[in-house]
Amino acid sequence: MASTQHHSQLSPLDQRLLNEFQAGLPLCERPYAAMAEHLGSSEEEIIARLQHLQDSGLISRVGPVFRPNRVGASTLAAMAVPEERLQQVADLVSGYDEVNHNYRREHEYNLWFVATALDRQHLAAVLAEIEQRSGIAVLDLPMIEDYFINLGFPLQWS
Amino acid sequence: MNRPTQGPFESPDPLDLALVQAIQDGLPLCPRPYAEIADHLQITEAEVIQRVQRLMERGDIRRLGVVVRHRELGYRANAMVVWDVPDDKVSELGRRLGALPCVNLCYRRPRRLPQWRYNLFCMIHGRSREEVLENLQRLIDEQQLGHIVHSVLFSTRRYKQRGAHYGKDSLPQARHCPATPQVRLLG
Repeated sequence: MASTQHHSQLSPLDQRLLNEFQAGLPLCERPYAAMAEHLGSSEEEIIARLQHLQDSGLISRVGPVFRPNRVGASTLAAMAVPEERLQQVADLVSGYDEVNHNYRREHEYNLWFVATALDRQHLAAVLAEIEQRSGIAVLDLPMIEDYFINLGFPLQWS
Repeated sequence: MNRPTQGPFESPDPLDLALVQAIQDGLPLCPRPYAEIADHLQITEAEVIQRVQRLMERGDIRRLGVVVRHRELGYRANAMVVWDVPDDKVSELGRRLGALPCVNLCYRRPRRLPQWRYNLFCMIHGRSREEVLENLQRLIDEQQLGHIVHSVLFSTRRYKQRGAHYGKDSLPQARHCPATPQVRLLG
């Protein structure tokens, strides 16, 4: 996916789309027309800009962010992987359709991933299989309580 | 807003589940996105909107909007900060941190002793490592957290990132609508 486009290349309309509609997509038959009206644009242009932002990888989607563990089950998992095996184990983990985020982090526990499935049993089976295939223990750290209150992410263009 | 975590869907409604699966990769980018989903699910556009509304009211959908990718937008530094908070203080501190503008996520998670002592997780983004560390120091000073053991885990490489999937396929063609979309009128 091309991600070379830098945020400085965003038009004022793009910036407003990103800043003003992270949490507030109008819920109506023609949401893009409602956004266009708010921004003084046209429905056609809003759809084209969103498609472009999506194709260039600056937005991942226009749609819902689900509350964790309400629809299905998810967990954050960590592994302490020997440096020389990191790429191999990361590839193994990323290969699972249940894994949606997978990051290397600076810590003894250096591989962190989020796995999601329809139920906890399925999730446990995935973690067990990763342990078994990699030979490395997996820390299973499911969310107990969610304290996040902000909606969306304030972007600064300066 | 600080609802304790409840179990998954108390009574999983098959149609809600199908709806979730249809929209998890995003709404179609065409004039009547809900009509297209309705067509896929063989229900009316009005019912799709009503069900999305209900999922939002129940908090199953936390927000509906443009989901940005921080890294591509120049927010390249991303630290997970983990804290070892006394169990009787964790909820109160979590609520405080979760309300701060520089905090993007804030969760309580279990300790796994002896390997893992931390029970509060928050995410701080910034355009640089320095900006993240400045935000963190300000947070520690303002919230008087100097006595709480924490660790900062910067991410140095992303292997994979996409929205959560709940099984099955999402709406086919969700990403590309026909160039001349048909506006469908549903009764």
